[in-house]
Amino acid sequence: MLLRRLTGWPAWDWRSPFEELEQMRRQIDRVFGDLSGRVFRAPIAGVFPLTNVTEDSDNYYIRAELPGIKTDELDLSVTGDSFSISGERKIPVEQENARYHRREREAGKFSRMISLPSPIDPEKVEARCAEGVLTVVLPKSEAAKPKQIAVKGS
Amino acid sequence: MTDAETKALQAKEKAEVTTATEQTRPGPIFTPAVDIFETEEGLTLLADMPGVKAKDLNIDLREGTLTLTGEAQSPEGSKETEVFREYKTGKYFREFTVSEKIDQAKIEAELQDGVLRLTLPKAETAKPRKITVKTS
Repeated sequence: MLLRRLTGWPAWDWRSPFEELEQMRRQIDRVFGDLSGRVFRAPIAGVFPLTNVTEDSDNYYIRAELPGIKTDELDLSVTGDSFSISGERKIPVEQENARYHRREREAGKFSRMISLPSPIDPEKVEARCAEGVLTVVLPKSEAAKPKQIAVKGS
Repeated sequence: MTDAETKALQAKEKAEVTTATEQTRPGPIFTPAVDIFETEEGLTLLADMPGVKAKDLNIDLREGTLTLTGEAQSPEGSKETEVFREYKTGKYFREFTVSEKIDQAKIEAELQDGVLRLTLPKAETAKPRKITVKTS
């Protein structure tokens, strides 16, 4: 007690260093906890479009919201394990005498590349657009697919 | 906006609405980005609502309040697992006060590629009239 008062040490006693560490660990868990279980990734600043990627045993699915973009204005390409999308969102010019009250929708060019966790089969990639949502189905290459292994009995 | 302009599109996180009233079904609600312009004939509203099917879109105009609600169903299959997620799917909600007199019978709505185009023609009485001054 006396020592602490004299030296002005922070108020901890024998077991408190561990307690502080434990507290720190809990804080880190709180910050990163969501990442370990559910993967909500903060978007990379400024890279359009925002993309969701999911997978099942056969395919990867890439989805992006592209409202008002016609399919022929999109340029999609695939290589071994990466997918790239580029295009331009155009907002048609309305009548000359239109007075804008609000203008929140934006036009512009975009380009993005997404690396996939494993190789895909570029020949079988399919893309479709519905209600302004692009879905690209990328079949995993045979080598990357999980294989069922039969256990033989003796 | 001219064609020569080559601005790069910036990704924006969808703006989530925080309402005082709680919903019975939980889930995110987003504010769709809109363009609203006025001509002599009426108002036109364009709203980005990707993922919303026409049957899940509701447009309501009563007592000068225009309400847009839409629900986007998640397109993901039940067997899919996340690799990464940058945007969420949910409902859209936005409300406007419309001060102009609108001809309710002539309202038109069209949904194409996730963009709603709503035409609100002004009522005959609200349209500006050119008054020609006669000179004797």
